[in-house]
Amino acid sequence: MSILLYSVLTLGTLGLIYGLGLAFASKKFHVEIDPKIDNINKILPNANCGACGYPGCAAYAEAVVEKGAEINLCAPGGDDVIKHIAEIMGMEATTSDRKVAIIHCQSGGKNNTNFKYNYQGIETCKAAILISGGPNACNYGCVYQYDCVRACKFDAMHIDDNGMIIVNNENCTGCGACAAACPRDLIEMVSIKKRVHILCASHDKGAVSRKACGNNTACIACTLCVKKCPVNAITMDDNLAIINYDKCIVCGLCADVCPTAAIFDPLKEVRAQKKAAAKAKAEAMKKEIAEQKAEVNKEED
Amino acid sequence: MEFVGKILFMAVMAIFVQNFVLMRFLGLCPYIGVSKKLDSALGMGMAVIFVMTMASTFTWLIHTYLLVPLHIEFLQTIAFILTIASLVQLVEMVIQKTAPALYKSLGVFLPLITTNCAVLGVAILNIQSEYNFIFAILNGLFGGIGFTLVLILMAGIRERLERAELPISMRGMPISMIVAGSMALAFLGFSGLKF
Repeated sequence: MSILLYSVLTLGTLGLIYGLGLAFASKKFHVEIDPKIDNINKILPNANCGACGYPGCAAYAEAVVEKGAEINLCAPGGDDVIKHIAEIMGMEATTSDRKVAIIHCQSGGKNNTNFKYNYQGIETCKAAILISGGPNACNYGCVYQYDCVRACKFDAMHIDDNGMIIVNNENCTGCGACAAACPRDLIEMVSIKKRVHILCASHDKGAVSRKACGNNTACIACTLCVKKCPVNAITMDDNLAIINYDKCIVCGLCADVCPTAAIFDPLKEVRAQKKAAAKAKAEAMKKEIAEQKAEVNKEED
Repeated sequence: MEFVGKILFMAVMAIFVQNFVLMRFLGLCPYIGVSKKLDSALGMGMAVIFVMTMASTFTWLIHTYLLVPLHIEFLQTIAFILTIASLVQLVEMVIQKTAPALYKSLGVFLPLITTNCAVLGVAILNIQSEYNFIFAILNGLFGGIGFTLVLILMAGIRERLERAELPISMRGMPISMIVAGSMALAFLGFSGLKF
Protein backbone atom coordinates (compact mmCIF):
# COMPACT_ATOMS: atom_id res chain seq x y z
CA MET A 1 0.00 0.00 0.00
CA SER A 2 2.77 2.37 0.95
CA ILE A 3 4.52 1.63 -2.37
CA LEU A 4 1.44 2.72 -4.27
CA LEU A 5 1.26 5.90 -2.23
CA TYR A 6 4.95 6.62 -2.62
CA SER A 7 4.79 6.04 -6.38
CA VAL A 8 1.90 8.39 -6.90
CA LEU A 9 3.36 10.97 -4.58
CA THR A 10 6.86 10.82 -6.04
CA LEU A 11 5.83 11.00 -9.68
CA GLY A 12 3.19 13.60 -8.88
CA THR A 13 5.69 15.76 -7.04
CA LEU A 14 8.33 15.31 -9.74
CA GLY A 15 5.83 16.24 -12.41
CA LEU A 16 4.63 19.23 -10.43
CA ILE A 17 8.15 20.48 -9.77
CA TYR A 18 9.19 20.07 -13.40
CA GLY A 19 5.98 21.65 -14.63
CA LEU A 20 6.28 24.65 -12.33
CA GLY A 21 9.98 24.93 -13.09
CA LEU A 22 9.34 24.95 -16.83
CA ALA A 23 6.47 27.41 -16.48
CA PHE A 24 8.68 29.70 -14.44
CA ALA A 25 11.55 29.29 -16.90
CA SER A 26 9.35 30.00 -19.88
CA LYS A 27 8.30 33.28 -18.26
CA LYS A 28 11.80 34.18 -17.20
CA PHE A 29 13.47 33.21 -20.45
CA HIS A 30 10.64 34.37 -22.66
CA VAL A 31 11.79 35.57 -26.07
CA GLU A 32 9.48 37.83 -28.04
CA ILE A 33 8.68 36.32 -31.42
CA ASP A 34 6.64 38.29 -33.90
CA PRO A 35 3.26 36.52 -34.23
CA LYS A 36 3.25 37.51 -37.90
CA ILE A 37 6.00 34.96 -38.55
CA ASP A 38 3.84 32.19 -37.16
CA ASN A 39 0.79 33.33 -39.12
CA ILE A 40 2.66 33.50 -42.41
CA ASN A 41 4.25 30.14 -41.74
CA LYS A 42 0.76 28.65 -41.38
CA ILE A 43 -0.35 30.01 -44.76
CA LEU A 44 2.69 28.87 -46.71
CA PRO A 45 2.31 25.49 -48.43
CA ASN A 46 4.99 23.92 -46.20
CA ALA A 47 6.44 22.08 -49.16
CA ASN A 48 9.88 23.43 -48.14
CA CYS A 49 10.78 23.41 -51.83
CA GLY A 50 13.22 26.32 -51.62
CA ALA A 51 11.84 28.04 -54.72
CA CYS A 52 11.79 31.34 -52.80
CA GLY A 53 15.53 31.14 -52.23
CA TYR A 54 15.29 30.49 -48.48
CA PRO A 55 16.05 27.16 -46.78
CA GLY A 56 12.41 26.42 -46.03
CA CYS A 57 8.95 27.88 -45.47
CA ALA A 58 9.76 28.91 -41.89
CA ALA A 59 12.91 30.73 -42.99
CA TYR A 60 10.97 32.52 -45.73
CA ALA A 61 8.25 33.58 -43.26
CA GLU A 62 10.94 35.00 -40.98
CA ALA A 63 12.63 36.77 -43.89
CA VAL A 64 9.35 38.39 -44.95
CA VAL A 65 8.66 39.80 -41.50
CA GLU A 66 12.15 40.67 -40.30
CA LYS A 67 14.18 41.36 -43.41
CA GLY A 68 11.40 42.73 -45.60
CA ALA A 69 11.74 40.05 -48.26
CA GLU A 70 9.41 40.23 -51.26
CA ILE A 71 6.04 38.67 -50.50
CA ASN A 72 5.57 37.16 -53.94
CA LEU A 73 8.41 34.65 -53.94
CA CYS A 74 6.40 31.54 -53.10
CA ALA A 75 5.92 29.76 -56.43
CA PRO A 76 3.81 26.75 -55.32
CA GLY A 77 1.54 28.96 -53.19
CA GLY A 78 0.47 31.17 -56.06
CA ASP A 79 -1.70 34.26 -55.84
CA ASP A 80 -3.75 33.05 -52.86
CA VAL A 81 -0.74 32.90 -50.59
CA ILE A 82 0.47 36.31 -51.77
CA LYS A 83 -2.91 37.79 -50.97
CA HIS A 84 -2.90 36.31 -47.47
CA ILE A 85 0.65 37.40 -46.73
CA ALA A 86 -0.24 40.88 -47.96
CA GLU A 87 -3.17 40.92 -45.52
CA ILE A 88 -0.97 39.88 -42.60
CA MET A 89 1.74 42.37 -43.45
CA GLY A 90 -0.76 45.12 -44.26
CA MET A 91 0.71 45.53 -47.71
CA GLU A 92 -0.71 45.83 -51.18
CA ALA A 93 -0.84 42.47 -52.94
CA THR A 94 1.36 42.37 -55.99
CA THR A 95 0.66 39.54 -58.36
CA SER A 96 3.66 37.37 -58.76
CA ASP A 97 5.72 37.40 -61.88
CA ARG A 98 4.98 33.74 -62.47
CA LYS A 99 7.40 31.65 -64.48
CA VAL A 100 6.30 28.92 -66.82
CA ALA A 101 8.13 26.35 -68.92
CA ILE A 102 9.00 27.21 -72.52
CA ILE A 103 10.24 24.43 -74.78
CA HIS A 104 12.70 25.84 -77.31
CA CYS A 105 11.85 23.34 -80.05
CA GLN A 106 8.76 22.98 -82.22
CA SER A 107 9.87 20.41 -84.72
CA GLY A 108 6.38 19.00 -85.16
CA GLY A 109 6.14 16.23 -82.60
CA LYS A 110 7.05 12.58 -82.79
CA ASN A 111 4.92 12.09 -85.93
CA ASN A 112 6.34 14.94 -87.99
CA THR A 113 9.94 15.47 -86.99
CA ASN A 114 12.73 14.02 -89.12
CA PHE A 115 14.42 10.97 -87.67
CA LYS A 116 17.81 9.57 -88.71
CA TYR A 117 16.95 6.13 -87.43
CA ASN A 118 14.18 4.38 -85.55
CA TYR A 119 15.11 4.42 -81.89
CA GLN A 120 13.83 1.38 -80.05
CA GLY A 121 15.76 1.48 -76.80
CA ILE A 122 14.81 2.43 -73.27
CA GLU A 123 12.15 5.10 -73.41
CA THR A 124 14.07 7.98 -71.92
CA CYS A 125 15.61 11.02 -73.58
CA LYS A 126 18.85 10.56 -71.70
CA ALA A 127 19.38 7.14 -73.29
CA ALA A 128 18.14 8.18 -76.74
CA ILE A 129 20.60 11.03 -77.22
CA LEU A 130 23.56 8.78 -76.47
CA ILE A 131 23.35 6.86 -79.75
CA SER A 132 25.07 8.80 -82.56
CA GLY A 133 23.77 12.17 -81.40
CA GLY A 134 20.17 11.12 -80.94
CA PRO A 135 17.59 9.61 -83.28
CA ASN A 136 16.35 12.87 -84.75
CA ALA A 137 17.98 14.61 -87.69
CA CYS A 138 18.50 17.80 -85.69
CA ASN A 139 21.32 17.44 -83.20
CA TYR A 140 19.81 20.06 -80.91
CA GLY A 141 16.08 19.35 -81.02
CA CYS A 142 13.63 17.35 -78.96
CA VAL A 143 13.89 13.54 -79.26
CA TYR A 144 10.32 13.02 -78.03
CA GLN A 145 10.92 10.42 -75.34
CA TYR A 146 9.06 12.69 -72.90
CA ASP A 147 11.37 12.81 -69.86
CA CYS A 148 9.96 16.26 -69.12
CA VAL A 149 6.35 15.08 -69.15
CA ARG A 150 7.24 12.35 -66.67
CA ALA A 151 9.15 14.82 -64.51
CA CYS A 152 6.15 17.15 -64.20
CA LYS A 153 4.35 16.61 -60.91
CA PHE A 154 1.62 19.14 -61.58
CA ASP A 155 0.05 17.66 -64.72
CA ALA A 156 1.11 20.76 -66.63
CA MET A 157 2.58 18.96 -69.65
CA HIS A 158 0.75 16.73 -72.02
CA ILE A 159 1.33 15.13 -75.41
CA ASP A 160 -0.93 16.08 -78.31
CA ASP A 161 -2.02 13.95 -81.30
CA ASN A 162 1.18 14.73 -83.19
CA GLY A 163 3.37 13.80 -80.26
CA MET A 164 4.16 17.42 -79.48
CA ILE A 165 4.64 18.41 -75.85
CA ILE A 166 2.18 21.11 -74.82
CA VAL A 167 2.71 23.14 -71.65
CA ASN A 168 -0.43 24.04 -69.78
CA ASN A 169 0.37 27.45 -68.28
CA GLU A 170 -2.53 27.19 -65.83
CA ASN A 171 -1.03 24.19 -64.08
CA CYS A 172 2.63 25.08 -64.46
CA THR A 173 4.11 26.22 -61.14
CA GLY A 174 7.51 27.10 -62.57
CA CYS A 175 9.28 24.51 -60.43
CA GLY A 176 11.79 23.74 -63.18
CA ALA A 177 11.69 19.95 -62.81
CA CYS A 178 11.16 19.53 -66.57
CA ALA A 179 14.08 21.84 -67.36
CA ALA A 180 16.30 19.72 -65.14
CA ALA A 181 15.05 16.52 -66.78
CA CYS A 182 15.74 17.63 -70.37
CA PRO A 183 19.18 16.37 -71.41
CA ARG A 184 19.33 18.86 -74.28
CA ASP A 185 18.48 21.90 -72.13
CA LEU A 186 15.56 22.82 -74.39
CA ILE A 187 13.31 23.96 -71.57
CA GLU A 188 13.65 27.34 -69.96
CA MET A 189 11.57 28.89 -67.18
CA VAL A 190 10.38 32.27 -68.44
CA SER A 191 8.09 34.88 -66.96
CA ILE A 192 4.51 34.37 -68.11
CA LYS A 193 4.38 37.99 -69.22
CA LYS A 194 7.04 37.44 -71.87
CA ARG A 195 4.97 35.95 -74.66
CA VAL A 196 7.36 36.04 -77.63
CA HIS A 197 9.82 33.13 -77.86
CA ILE A 198 12.35 31.73 -80.28
CA LEU A 199 11.31 28.12 -80.48
CA CYS A 200 14.51 26.68 -81.84
CA ALA A 201 17.76 25.66 -80.18
CA SER A 202 19.80 24.63 -83.22
CA HIS A 203 23.30 26.03 -83.46
CA ASP A 204 23.73 24.45 -86.91
CA LYS A 205 24.18 26.62 -89.99
CA GLY A 206 20.95 27.84 -91.57
CA ALA A 207 20.73 25.34 -94.41
CA VAL A 208 21.51 22.39 -92.16
CA SER A 209 19.04 23.27 -89.45
CA ARG A 210 16.29 24.07 -91.96
CA LYS A 211 16.72 20.66 -93.57
CA ALA A 212 16.82 18.82 -90.25
CA CYS A 213 13.75 20.49 -88.76
CA GLY A 214 10.56 18.49 -89.20
CA ASN A 215 8.44 21.61 -89.17
CA ASN A 216 10.66 23.91 -91.26
CA THR A 217 10.61 26.31 -88.37
CA ALA A 218 14.32 26.30 -87.52
CA CYS A 219 16.28 29.46 -86.84
CA ILE A 220 18.42 29.91 -89.93
CA ALA A 221 20.48 32.71 -88.44
CA CYS A 222 19.35 35.33 -90.97
CA THR A 223 19.68 38.02 -88.25
CA LEU A 224 16.55 39.85 -89.47
CA CYS A 225 15.09 39.78 -85.98
CA VAL A 226 18.30 41.15 -84.48
CA LYS A 227 18.11 44.14 -86.83
CA LYS A 228 14.38 44.64 -86.31
CA CYS A 229 14.31 44.53 -82.52
CA PRO A 230 13.79 48.11 -81.27
CA VAL A 231 15.36 47.43 -77.87
CA ASN A 232 18.29 45.27 -78.98
CA ALA A 233 17.01 42.35 -76.96
CA ILE A 234 17.98 39.72 -79.54
CA THR A 235 21.54 38.56 -80.07
CA MET A 236 23.08 35.91 -82.29
CA ASP A 237 24.89 33.13 -80.51
CA ASP A 238 26.61 30.71 -82.85
CA ASN A 239 23.92 30.63 -85.55
CA LEU A 240 21.03 30.93 -83.13
CA ALA A 241 19.01 34.00 -82.20
CA ILE A 242 18.46 34.36 -78.47
CA ILE A 243 16.04 36.74 -76.75
CA ASN A 244 17.20 38.50 -73.63
CA TYR A 245 13.94 38.39 -71.67
CA ASP A 246 15.08 41.19 -69.37
CA LYS A 247 15.09 43.60 -72.30
CA CYS A 248 12.19 42.19 -74.36
CA ILE A 249 9.13 44.46 -74.50
CA VAL A 250 6.93 41.82 -76.19
CA CYS A 251 6.27 43.99 -79.28
CA GLY A 252 6.23 41.03 -81.65
CA LEU A 253 8.14 42.78 -84.44
CA CYS A 254 10.72 39.98 -84.58
CA ALA A 255 7.99 37.39 -85.14
CA ASP A 256 6.70 39.45 -88.07
CA VAL A 257 10.03 39.48 -89.90
CA CYS A 258 11.09 35.90 -89.16
CA PRO A 259 11.12 34.06 -92.52
CA THR A 260 10.82 30.58 -91.00
CA ALA A 261 8.30 31.33 -88.24
CA ALA A 262 10.85 30.16 -85.68
CA ILE A 263 9.73 33.03 -83.47
CA PHE A 264 6.43 32.36 -81.80
CA ASP A 265 4.10 35.20 -80.95
CA PRO A 266 0.68 34.12 -79.65
CA LEU A 267 -0.59 37.68 -80.04
CA LYS A 268 0.27 37.87 -83.73
CA GLU A 269 -3.34 37.73 -84.94
CA VAL A 270 -4.52 40.16 -82.33
CA ARG A 271 -1.80 42.54 -83.37
CA ALA A 272 -2.65 42.09 -87.07
CA GLN A 273 -6.30 42.85 -86.37
CA LYS A 274 -5.40 45.93 -84.38
CA LYS A 275 -3.10 47.09 -87.18
CA ALA A 276 -5.79 46.52 -89.82
CA ALA A 277 -8.32 48.35 -87.67
CA ALA A 278 -5.93 51.26 -87.22
CA LYS A 279 -5.26 51.36 -90.96
CA ALA A 280 -8.97 51.32 -91.77
CA LYS A 281 -9.56 54.07 -89.27
CA ALA A 282 -6.77 56.19 -90.75
CA GLU A 283 -8.15 55.72 -94.25
CA ALA A 284 -11.64 56.61 -93.12
CA MET A 285 -10.27 59.77 -91.53
CA LYS A 286 -8.41 60.64 -94.74
CA LYS A 287 -11.55 60.14 -96.75
CA GLU A 288 -13.54 62.31 -94.38
CA ILE A 289 -10.98 65.09 -94.54
CA ALA A 290 -10.96 64.89 -98.33
CA GLU A 291 -14.75 65.11 -98.38
CA GLN A 292 -14.73 68.06 -96.03
CA LYS A 293 -12.16 69.78 -98.20
CA ALA A 294 -14.24 69.12 -101.27
CA GLU A 295 -17.27 70.60 -99.54
CA VAL A 296 -15.32 73.69 -98.49
CA ASN A 297 -14.06 74.12 -102.05
CA LYS A 298 -17.64 73.82 -103.32
CA GLU A 299 -18.87 76.50 -100.95
CA GLU A 300 -16.08 78.82 -101.97
CA ASP A 301 -17.09 78.38 -105.53
CA MET B 1 46.89 7.27 -10.00
CA GLU B 2 44.44 4.46 -9.83
CA PHE B 3 41.63 6.98 -10.16
CA VAL B 4 43.08 8.49 -13.36
CA GLY B 5 43.57 5.01 -14.76
CA LYS B 6 39.96 4.18 -14.03
CA ILE B 7 38.78 7.34 -15.80
CA LEU B 8 40.92 6.58 -18.86
CA PHE B 9 39.64 3.03 -18.91
CA MET B 10 36.08 4.32 -18.74
CA ALA B 11 36.72 6.83 -21.53
CA VAL B 12 38.04 4.16 -23.90
CA MET B 13 35.19 1.83 -22.95
CA ALA B 14 32.44 4.42 -23.46
CA ILE B 15 33.85 6.04 -26.60
CA PHE B 16 35.11 3.02 -28.53
CA VAL B 17 34.43 -0.38 -27.02
CA GLN B 18 30.87 0.19 -25.85
CA ASN B 19 30.02 2.94 -28.34
CA PHE B 20 26.38 3.91 -27.93
CA VAL B 21 25.55 3.96 -31.62
CA LEU B 22 27.63 1.22 -33.13
CA MET B 23 27.88 -1.30 -30.29
CA ARG B 24 24.78 -0.71 -28.20
CA PHE B 25 22.65 0.47 -31.16
CA LEU B 26 21.08 3.33 -29.25
CA GLY B 27 20.34 6.72 -30.82
CA LEU B 28 20.19 5.40 -34.36
CA CYS B 29 17.60 7.96 -35.46
CA PRO B 30 19.89 11.01 -35.32
CA TYR B 31 22.79 8.84 -36.51
CA ILE B 32 21.06 8.44 -39.88
CA GLY B 33 18.90 11.56 -39.77
CA VAL B 34 21.38 14.30 -38.86
CA SER B 35 24.52 12.97 -40.52
CA LYS B 36 24.05 14.53 -43.94
CA LYS B 37 26.16 17.60 -43.23
CA LEU B 38 29.26 17.98 -41.11
CA ASP B 39 28.05 21.27 -39.58
CA SER B 40 24.74 19.96 -38.35
CA ALA B 41 26.35 16.71 -37.19
CA LEU B 42 28.76 18.71 -35.07
CA GLY B 43 25.91 20.81 -33.66
CA MET B 44 23.86 17.74 -32.83
CA GLY B 45 26.89 16.06 -31.27
CA MET B 46 27.60 19.00 -28.99
CA ALA B 47 23.95 19.16 -27.91
CA VAL B 48 23.97 15.42 -27.15
CA ILE B 49 27.19 15.64 -25.11
CA PHE B 50 25.66 18.42 -23.05
CA VAL B 51 22.31 16.75 -22.52
CA MET B 52 23.81 13.32 -21.76
CA THR B 53 26.08 14.77 -19.09
CA MET B 54 23.26 16.74 -17.52
CA ALA B 55 20.88 13.78 -17.73
CA SER B 56 23.42 11.47 -16.06
CA THR B 57 23.83 13.92 -13.24
CA PHE B 58 20.16 14.48 -12.51
CA THR B 59 18.93 10.93 -13.03
CA TRP B 60 21.65 9.57 -10.74
CA LEU B 61 20.61 12.01 -8.04
CA ILE B 62 16.93 11.20 -8.44
CA HIS B 63 17.56 7.49 -8.41
CA THR B 64 19.87 7.51 -5.40
CA TYR B 65 18.07 9.99 -3.18
CA LEU B 66 14.47 9.51 -4.21
CA LEU B 67 13.71 6.14 -5.80
CA VAL B 68 16.02 3.94 -3.73
CA PRO B 69 15.06 5.20 -0.25
CA LEU B 70 11.36 4.85 -1.12
CA HIS B 71 11.90 1.38 -2.71
CA ILE B 72 10.22 2.39 -5.93
CA GLU B 73 13.07 1.63 -8.36
CA PHE B 74 10.56 0.15 -10.81
CA LEU B 75 9.53 3.71 -11.67
CA GLN B 76 13.02 4.30 -13.03
CA THR B 77 12.06 4.57 -16.71
CA ILE B 78 9.15 6.97 -16.34
CA ALA B 79 10.95 9.14 -13.80
CA PHE B 80 14.03 9.34 -16.02
CA ILE B 81 12.03 10.15 -19.15
CA LEU B 82 10.22 12.90 -17.27
CA THR B 83 13.51 14.32 -16.04
CA ILE B 84 15.23 14.18 -19.42
CA ALA B 85 12.30 15.77 -21.26
CA SER B 86 12.01 18.64 -18.78
CA LEU B 87 15.75 19.10 -18.76
CA VAL B 88 15.92 19.38 -22.53
CA GLN B 89 13.06 21.87 -22.51
CA LEU B 90 14.77 23.96 -19.88
CA VAL B 91 18.09 23.87 -21.69
CA GLU B 92 16.35 24.91 -24.90
CA MET B 93 14.75 27.92 -23.22
CA VAL B 94 17.95 29.00 -21.51
CA ILE B 95 19.97 28.73 -24.71
CA GLN B 96 17.33 30.59 -26.70
CA LYS B 97 17.49 33.47 -24.26
CA THR B 98 21.17 33.62 -23.52
CA ALA B 99 22.81 32.48 -26.75
CA PRO B 100 20.58 33.02 -29.81
CA ALA B 101 23.39 32.15 -32.20
CA LEU B 102 23.96 28.79 -30.53
CA TYR B 103 20.20 28.25 -30.42
CA LYS B 104 19.92 28.81 -34.15
CA SER B 105 22.61 26.28 -34.94
CA LEU B 106 21.28 23.71 -32.47
CA GLY B 107 17.64 24.76 -32.80
CA VAL B 108 16.06 21.79 -34.50
CA PHE B 109 18.18 19.21 -32.76
CA LEU B 110 17.49 20.10 -29.17
CA PRO B 111 13.86 18.93 -29.10
CA LEU B 112 14.93 15.84 -31.04
CA ILE B 113 17.23 14.82 -28.21
CA THR B 114 14.25 14.44 -25.87
CA THR B 115 13.38 11.24 -27.65
CA ASN B 116 16.95 10.12 -28.22
CA CYS B 117 17.17 6.72 -26.56
CA ALA B 118 20.93 7.07 -26.09
CA VAL B 119 20.21 9.65 -23.39
CA LEU B 120 17.78 7.38 -21.55
CA GLY B 121 20.21 4.55 -22.22
CA VAL B 122 23.11 6.23 -20.47
CA ALA B 123 20.92 7.08 -17.48
CA ILE B 124 19.79 3.49 -17.03
CA LEU B 125 23.23 2.03 -17.69
CA ASN B 126 24.70 4.26 -15.00
CA ILE B 127 22.34 2.70 -12.49
CA GLN B 128 22.79 -0.86 -13.77
CA SER B 129 26.59 -0.60 -13.64
CA GLU B 130 26.33 0.83 -10.08
CA TYR B 131 28.61 3.76 -10.83
CA ASN B 132 29.15 6.37 -8.16
CA PHE B 133 28.18 10.00 -8.77
CA ILE B 134 31.43 11.17 -10.42
CA PHE B 135 31.64 8.14 -12.67
CA ALA B 136 28.00 8.44 -13.68
CA ILE B 137 28.64 11.99 -14.89
CA LEU B 138 31.82 10.94 -16.66
CA ASN B 139 30.02 8.02 -18.30
CA GLY B 140 27.46 10.46 -19.69
CA LEU B 141 30.19 12.78 -20.94
CA PHE B 142 32.22 10.03 -22.61
CA GLY B 143 29.09 8.41 -24.03
CA GLY B 144 28.19 11.73 -25.64
CA ILE B 145 31.70 12.11 -27.02
CA GLY B 146 31.51 8.62 -28.51
CA PHE B 147 28.17 9.47 -30.09
CA THR B 148 29.57 12.72 -31.53
CA LEU B 149 32.64 10.97 -32.89
CA VAL B 150 30.57 8.42 -34.77
CA LEU B 151 28.14 11.05 -36.01
CA ILE B 152 30.96 13.20 -37.39
CA LEU B 153 32.67 10.22 -39.04
CA MET B 154 29.38 9.28 -40.66
CA ALA B 155 28.74 12.86 -41.83
CA GLY B 156 32.22 13.04 -43.35
CA ILE B 157 31.68 9.81 -45.24
CA ARG B 158 28.24 10.85 -46.44
CA GLU B 159 29.47 14.24 -47.65
CA ARG B 160 31.99 12.44 -49.83
CA LEU B 161 29.40 9.95 -50.99
CA GLU B 162 27.35 12.86 -52.33
CA ARG B 163 30.01 13.42 -54.94
CA ALA B 164 30.63 9.75 -55.67
CA GLU B 165 29.13 8.20 -58.76
CA LEU B 166 26.74 5.57 -57.50
CA PRO B 167 24.07 3.53 -59.25
CA ILE B 168 20.74 5.34 -58.87
CA SER B 169 19.25 2.55 -56.79
CA MET B 170 22.07 2.90 -54.25
CA ARG B 171 21.96 6.68 -53.81
CA GLY B 172 20.82 8.22 -50.53
CA MET B 173 19.51 5.92 -47.85
CA PRO B 174 20.68 2.50 -49.17
CA ILE B 175 24.36 3.45 -49.27
CA SER B 176 24.02 5.13 -45.86
CA MET B 177 22.74 1.87 -44.41
CA ILE B 178 25.67 -0.03 -45.90
CA VAL B 179 28.11 2.56 -44.56
CA ALA B 180 26.50 2.33 -41.13
CA GLY B 181 26.88 -1.44 -41.19
CA SER B 182 30.52 -1.21 -42.27
CA MET B 183 31.24 1.28 -39.50
CA ALA B 184 29.64 -1.03 -36.93
CA LEU B 185 31.84 -3.86 -38.23
CA ALA B 186 34.92 -1.68 -37.91
CA PHE B 187 34.04 -0.70 -34.36
CA LEU B 188 33.54 -4.36 -33.52
CA GLY B 189 37.34 -4.53 -33.71
CA PHE B 190 37.57 -2.47 -30.51
CA SER B 191 35.74 -5.12 -28.54
CA GLY B 192 38.95 -7.17 -28.65
CA LEU B 193 40.71 -4.60 -26.45
CA LYS B 194 41.80 -6.22 -23.20
CA PHE B 195 42.98 -4.36 -20.14
